[in-house]
Amino acid sequence: MSLFPTSAPHAHAPDSVPRLMGLVLLAVAPATLYGIVLFGWPALNLLLVTILACLLCEAVCLRLAGHAVRPFLLDGSALLTGVLLALSLPPWAPWWIGAVGGFFAIVIGKQVFGGIGQNIFNPAMLARVALLVSFPVEMTLWLEPRPLFSSHAPGFLESLTITLGGISDIDAVSGATILGHIRTELGMARELGQILPGHYQAGTAALGWTGGSLGETADLLVLLGGLWLLWRRVMTWHVPVALLATVLVLAGGFHGLNPERFASPAVHLLSGSLMLGAFFIATDPVTSPTTKLGQLIFGAGCGALVYIIRTWGGYPEGVAFAVVLMNAATPLIDHYVRPRIYGRTWRGQSRPVPERAKRPPVGSGEAE
Amino acid sequence: MSEDYRGIFTDGLWRNNVVFAQMLALCPLMAVTTTATNGLGMGLATTGVLLTSNIVIASCRDLISQEVRIPVFVLLIAALVSLADMAINAWLHELYKVLGLFIPLIVVNCAVLGRAEVFASKRPVFASAVDGLAMGLGYTAALMLLGGCREILGSATLFAHASLLLGDGFAFLETTLIPKYKGFLLMLLPPGGFLVLGFLLAGKRAAERRWERRAMGRDKTKTGVQQSPSAA
Repeated sequence: MSLFPTSAPHAHAPDSVPRLMGLVLLAVAPATLYGIVLFGWPALNLLLVTILACLLCEAVCLRLAGHAVRPFLLDGSALLTGVLLALSLPPWAPWWIGAVGGFFAIVIGKQVFGGIGQNIFNPAMLARVALLVSFPVEMTLWLEPRPLFSSHAPGFLESLTITLGGISDIDAVSGATILGHIRTELGMARELGQILPGHYQAGTAALGWTGGSLGETADLLVLLGGLWLLWRRVMTWHVPVALLATVLVLAGGFHGLNPERFASPAVHLLSGSLMLGAFFIATDPVTSPTTKLGQLIFGAGCGALVYIIRTWGGYPEGVAFAVVLMNAATPLIDHYVRPRIYGRTWRGQSRPVPERAKRPPVGSGEAE
Repeated sequence: MSEDYRGIFTDGLWRNNVVFAQMLALCPLMAVTTTATNGLGMGLATTGVLLTSNIVIASCRDLISQEVRIPVFVLLIAALVSLADMAINAWLHELYKVLGLFIPLIVVNCAVLGRAEVFASKRPVFASAVDGLAMGLGYTAALMLLGGCREILGSATLFAHASLLLGDGFAFLETTLIPKYKGFLLMLLPPGGFLVLGFLLAGKRAAERRWERRAMGRDKTKTGVQQSPSAA
């Protein structure tokens, strides 16, 4: 919601939409490449299909709305939406998941509201939520890592049959993510002390050598990309820090109360799409609040919702739901948390003029 | 005053359609239209109520005083809906089981009371009957269109269970478009209803605008043709 015209002074900077999108794409590139290497050719196919669907839908919508197609299509926003959506999908999902997701993200998530800068919800997360609700089987099919060119990875031709026709033998390749595993086992009244050993090591989880969405497993690479974006000042620290800190505090507190029931903060921070969500999804300037305080509230709300959904909700992972819910709350946050008007107090009254700033009125100068 | 029956019909079916122009009666619309068959059943039930309520209200419009007209309308409509409810329960029991709660709720369907207030309370009986029929058919068409779209997207069938609900004679309507379809759950849930309705509305507006533009173009060429001889 920060694309409203502001009053003077207008600071000029070389920032433009294509440049920002390019920087974010660069920052997310290492995690994307890692995901492709980790899950092989089918992941690359899915990424390409999703991006293609997004670009195609964007072009058709721009044409229907009578906008110039070329400049908007080439500003990189649809490309970035496609990449972020693909990163949040199961890596071996069939092509139509990517295609339907791209349609949802661009047409219903973005263009229906009026195109870039007008959308209420983060397009990629809206599409992910719609897909998860619509196709629960395909959207929860997680793989053990099988890196490119390793012995049990599918070849390129085999990958085409996986992408176009679906996985033939689902049980042979799939496994549970750590969050899904914890949820299932806790549901069977087992304790975390028995569940985690053998299934979870913080080190491999941080390196991303685990099952999960295409681009969310490599937490360290995502973190590095996010930090690089912070350093380049593409975004500010408020949303990611508030989000991660809230999850850390909640997870730490509950883990301290009952370590056999609630997973440790390390499990929460280094699994699922939390890092990706904190740095690349929740920081979307269009759908997050304008002010610093508002962004802190937004981040904390996302973090709290993620923890609540993961721990007590119906799904093992809740980043997409949390971000979409807080997107809906963004106009409200922006309504209550407004920037102070220059020269006025927070309540809107004019501030008292400080003594040293008082000048004698014109005409009664020092010459007299 | 002679009535423009053709105008009444185009009003009900297109120009002033209950769903696509008045945006009324959306609650049963969202709840019922998961298949085209349900849409058809609900539409016919509403059409029956609209037709009879318009006739009854138009025929006693001179007896009802202005001050208490709304309670009287509601009473009359409620009586008619109760009749329809019992009739469907007796003769179309399968349909009754599917539509269930929504048939008694036709009482509070704003489209029925809306037509009573706007049309039947001011116009003669026959014109009101035509209006009720046209509005009902327009509503039925909208329900079937929405139900058909959601059914095709959601489960890749069309008119599923038509024979169960409407009798064996309608078995030919049942079609399965894609045999091994996985199902698109969102389209069968209320959000899918709103999404499909939104896109259909946008489509209707776009079509109307295009026709308008074409009609204007035709007018221009016509005046051009008329002017040229006078100029010569």
